Amino acid sequence: MRLDKIKRAWYKFRKNPLSIIGAAIILIVVFLAVFAPFVAPYPEHAGSFVNFSEASQPPSARYLCGTDAFGRDILSRIFFGFRLSLIMGVVVISLTAPIGVTLGLVAGYMKGTWVETIIMRITDIFVAVPPLVLALAVCSILQPNVFNAMMAVSLMWWPWYCRMVFGIASSIRNEFYVQAAEITGAGRIHIIFKEMLPNCFGPIFTKVSLDMGWVILIGSALSFVGLGAQPPTPDLGTMVADGGKYMPDQWWIAIFPAFAIMLIVFSFNILGDGIRDMLEVEDA
Amino acid sequence: MMKFLKVIGKRFLHSVLVLFGLSILVFVIARVIPGDPARMALGPRAPESVVQKFREDLHLDKPLHTQYFYWLAGALQGDLGMSLFTKRQVAEDIKEFFPATFELMLFTGLVMSVFGILLGIVSARYSNRWPDNTVRVFSYLGVCTPAFVFAILFLLLFGYVLQILPTIGRISPAIDRPPTRTGLMTLDSLLAGNFAAFWDAIKHLIMPGVALALGPMAQEARITRSSMTDNLQRDFIALERSQAIPERLIMSKYLLRISIIPTVSVLGLDFASQLGWAFLVELIFNWPGISRYGINVMLHKDLNAIVAVIMIIGLMFVVVNIIVDLIVSWLDPRIRLGAERG
Repeated sequence: MRLDKIKRAWYKFRKNPLSIIGAAIILIVVFLAVFAPFVAPYPEHAGSFVNFSEASQPPSARYLCGTDAFGRDILSRIFFGFRLSLIMGVVVISLTAPIGVTLGLVAGYMKGTWVETIIMRITDIFVAVPPLVLALAVCSILQPNVFNAMMAVSLMWWPWYCRMVFGIASSIRNEFYVQAAEITGAGRIHIIFKEMLPNCFGPIFTKVSLDMGWVILIGSALSFVGLGAQPPTPDLGTMVADGGKYMPDQWWIAIFPAFAIMLIVFSFNILGDGIRDMLEVEDA
Repeated sequence: MMKFLKVIGKRFLHSVLVLFGLSILVFVIARVIPGDPARMALGPRAPESVVQKFREDLHLDKPLHTQYFYWLAGALQGDLGMSLFTKRQVAEDIKEFFPATFELMLFTGLVMSVFGILLGIVSARYSNRWPDNTVRVFSYLGVCTPAFVFAILFLLLFGYVLQILPTIGRISPAIDRPPTRTGLMTLDSLLAGNFAAFWDAIKHLIMPGVALALGPMAQEARITRSSMTDNLQRDFIALERSQAIPERLIMSKYLLRISIIPTVSVLGLDFASQLGWAFLVELIFNWPGISRYGINVMLHKDLNAIVAVIMIIGLMFVVVNIIVDLIVSWLDPRIRLGAERG
């Protein structure tokens, strides 16, 4: 029975060739990030390496994506940049999704009480400003570094989960199985996590996949303006910002890291669509 | 109608509460800063007596909630404090920089709604044929490419390689600036009858505006398409066809009106999130707006200005949401007439 379900889900997933492409690209990116020290052509270029005799070289067989103003191989730095991006995405989402989902479920279950009012009104305040703007402000007030960037984005991200799950939870709250559980004397914790949560999994997983892309994007935006990762740490956003200074003559310094960001966001997007089809989530 | 007014009134009250809450949140964020804001503002060499005086003047020696009420009382009278970055009143800075952002966002909103909906209609009309597939590929690219990457690509292509569009600012230095009346460069040049300036201002708007609009535009196209193809299966369309209403009329009058409701709702959300991306795009194109000002004050830890910029963004967000609600209720008679949404 269980195996049958998995097989059917897999069938739905691979029906759309785009989702397979997305999953494949993500696997490759994860592989490159994890094994960056071994697969990067010049792993020593990830740090504060300097070689001015080979600075600002255009793409060639020796340096596939060219070198930056310090003579560092851009391709190698992109591989190491993937690391930071993925860590950012994983940390932020594993911090915010559980918090947002729990609050959303509680608010949905307690709909009409003061608990719902407090949770949802606080959520309203956070979603009244684009997450990027508040994250920028928090980062600027604290010291700009990778850790603070992650904390700032996390602080802004949970309300979006809370809001989405609240919408679903408040509509399934009156379903018969929830009422049946209440009548048979099930506790609140049981109802919220065992009865309601599993019915929210579809949209949650879809959102997690889409959000991986968005969080990485926000992270790169923070470092683009200098409020995230600091040099010489290889970060895609910082690399685009640095390269911007050498436009248009040394276009490769900015363009390749920019394409790398696009690639990650694109893959998580089409993967998210595939997961949506697989779990039969209705379009929000 | 009464019910509708009541809904809008409630919405308005809710927005005021949200802004009030936001001001508390931002104020707290701005005050948890490690270190002494008075010392930071005056520098390490200022004598302690001067720093103490500064603290008292700005009520920094009072507890946090007292400070907040001083700030709120000032803000309600239009006094947002001094900016440490520009050494001027923050309210004056906002007044100077806001119109540029407003103009850019208006242009962005126009491009994304008009082209997004048009592409969606084309896609639905020719669904699963080549125009639809082209739009689909384009919308994937649009959704996943951040505005600042579009901005850099445009800069390279149109600004440097083809050299057909200006790369920075709102108007070329060689052109006579029209006298400032509304603060919107395009409108001011029209009012002054200066068409060269108008055309130049439009050219300056294109790259940042389109860079900001492409992502949401793709989203809008996808939503319009799916909503139109879904509604095409509904009974009322079959009824209208059976009454021999011309297909064109069904499409333009009955189908479109109901189908763009979800598009308009998402349009509001997208527009608001573009206010965030405008921070980067304004920086790239050196657009003298509130977002570039925001980045600058953030990099200088200019607390009064940071709080003010975030509040302005929040205000724009709230206003956009109310406008979207009004448009949706105008489009959807079920809401306008106070019926339950079904």
